[in-house]
Amino acid sequence: MRPIERELVARTVRQAVSSLAFDLPDDIRCGLVEAAKAEDSPRASKVLELLVENARIASEDRVAICQDTGSVWVSLEVGPDMCVAGDVMADVDDAVAAAYAEGRLRMSIVRDALFDRTNTASNTPAFCEIHPCARPGARLHVMLKGGGSDNASRVVMLSPSAGRQGVIDAVVSCVRDKAANACPPLVVGVGVGSTFDKVAGLAKRALMRPLDEPACDERTARFERELLEAVNATGLGAGALGGSTTALGVRVATAPCHIAALPVAVNMGCSAMRRGTYEL
Amino acid sequence: MSSKRLRLPLSRSDLASLNAGDACLLSGPLYTLRDAGHIRLLSELDAAGSDRLPYGLSGQAIFYAGPTPAASGRPFGAIGPTTASRMDFAAPRLYRAGVAATVGKGTRSAEVRRACMETGSVYFVAVGGAAAYLAKCVVSETVEAYDDLGTEALRRIEVEDFPVFVGIDVRGNDVYDFAL
Repeated sequence: MRPIERELVARTVRQAVSSLAFDLPDDIRCGLVEAAKAEDSPRASKVLELLVENARIASEDRVAICQDTGSVWVSLEVGPDMCVAGDVMADVDDAVAAAYAEGRLRMSIVRDALFDRTNTASNTPAFCEIHPCARPGARLHVMLKGGGSDNASRVVMLSPSAGRQGVIDAVVSCVRDKAANACPPLVVGVGVGSTFDKVAGLAKRALMRPLDEPACDERTARFERELLEAVNATGLGAGALGGSTTALGVRVATAPCHIAALPVAVNMGCSAMRRGTYEL
Repeated sequence: MSSKRLRLPLSRSDLASLNAGDACLLSGPLYTLRDAGHIRLLSELDAAGSDRLPYGLSGQAIFYAGPTPAASGRPFGAIGPTTASRMDFAAPRLYRAGVAATVGKGTRSAEVRRACMETGSVYFVAVGGAAAYLAKCVVSETVEAYDDLGTEALRRIEVEDFPVFVGIDVRGNDVYDFAL
């Protein structure tokens, strides 16, 4: 059994924030470049060219890709050969505060959603989870998630009779209603199954899989392609100003569920999908 | 597609000449204000018992934005539009009080569209996610009010060739209707 050191977790988070805020992941950057090449609509072309240029400026000048430098989401995935102390995440907030101050990033967290909306001025707390898994070793998933895209997300509890088409309709309707607020071209994370509280986590974790990495399960891979086609068929396009690429990709994760249930979550990701996975 | 160059603040004839979907380049002053600032501004108007706009906002354009701190020799490292619909609760009243334009991203309510038609005002859409690029279009910034709100303070910024599209024009046409 190998222990996971909390210092290593904190250091990894700090490095992740310091790179993700400025450097768009390669798969997203390539997706934008490809979309720009393929776009016929004049407005969407303008938007895509601007986004490609924006990624270049951010990386070269070390300024944030987006002014919404997000809330920090951290998921520690722990394999069977690892052991974890209960306070393994204890230094993450300090790491986040340091990275945000040093990077001159925006502080976007308030003390309490309802009772005290005073800015914490440190972009903390980060939103952390520990996730046991069957794969050996341990890895950290880190995401800087903008408010506009997270606000455009949705959980719906469908009836099992709604089936596959019901899931497609739920995803497309969420895109139709909300895409304009979520800075398309999107990356759409979809969770199907488990329980009301867990399905949103499935959708969020689905966003971690890079666009050039197909799902291991062929049924999932096929469903992702089908959903992407349906989302792009809306014609919303970049900036939702009309065009052929509404989403760069759709990422699906499914799970068992109750006989009475078909939970679906859509976690919207924006054109500045800042996330990375780091082996510990 | 080519872009129309516009000088801020916009005259009524400038505003009337714009059509939803037009690409424009804005130069001149913009006032950044978002969620918490709107709540505060409206409560100030309520307390004053008058909709006379403070802080020189009359005839000006409000940009729904919360920038990152100065970086790379610029007033802001990054600045870009936030979701405009969160400000729909305040926009009709502010248009009627004399705000000439708003700048944000995403769709607006029917009330906002009506207010644009009624007052001859417009809503511009800026490109979400292009904040490092847009920050290069900002020449200067000064805090006008609400400094305690940090990124949500009311700031007057000077922009140069700041790219936008006309989202809602004075006739109530909406660019997002073309896409859907």
